[in-house]
Amino acid sequence: MKISVQREDFDCGAEIEALARGNPRVGALAAFVGSVRDVNEGAEVGRMTLEHYPGMTEKSIGAIVEQARSRWDVIDCTVIHRVGELQPTDRIVLVAVASGHRGDAFAACEFVMDYLKTRAPFWKKERTSEGERWVEARSSDDEAAERWQEVK
Amino acid sequence: MRIKLLFFASLREQLGIAGEELDLPAEVSTVGALRAHLRQRGPAWQAALAEGRLVRTALNQSMAAPSATIAAGDEVAFFPPVTGG
Repeated sequence: MKISVQREDFDCGAEIEALARGNPRVGALAAFVGSVRDVNEGAEVGRMTLEHYPGMTEKSIGAIVEQARSRWDVIDCTVIHRVGELQPTDRIVLVAVASGHRGDAFAACEFVMDYLKTRAPFWKKERTSEGERWVEARSSDDEAAERWQEVK
Repeated sequence: MRIKLLFFASLREQLGIAGEELDLPAEVSTVGALRAHLRQRGPAWQAALAEGRLVRTALNQSMAAPSATIAAGDEVAFFPPVTGG
């Protein structure tokens, strides 16, 4: 399991590669990569700053990954989240899950992402054409996380 | 009882403070009571921690409900709903 909160960019190919390398039990690998859009809530986004709560961030992602492991066949998992100054097209987050089968890999990857969006202490501040603003939490993100309580 | 307080994102900006050490009166023993206690500090605190406002709290770096009990040496953080990912 690898969890990293970092300012630097990451190499998706190398990270995904490293998850399955040399492990014949891995039959499926699912990955999600999130990046900065240039438009949000109708305004042009020039730059963005990501703030986090050092210590709690790593701890909460660790707890989310543990939950995923208890529900699905997760052989290995990598979560990388960037903080600091970011620009449109920059990568923000990578969640990659190695499993025996695709169903578990897809589900665990989506679960980690949905929980990360509602439970890991990160906050985005955007610089738009209309000035600086903190991004508001979306209720659709809460709903996405909540639906995991009904299935399985 | 001495505790550590932390504020993040828009709350940190509104209050103009990222963190502090605080001596709590004995009757302030839960996260919810602490929030109400801090509101008495003035209009900025009143607004930032207003009852109807969505403010999340963490106790020792885990999400905590208003009923969570605070002990000496604890770290309590206040912040808006998270927006990472």
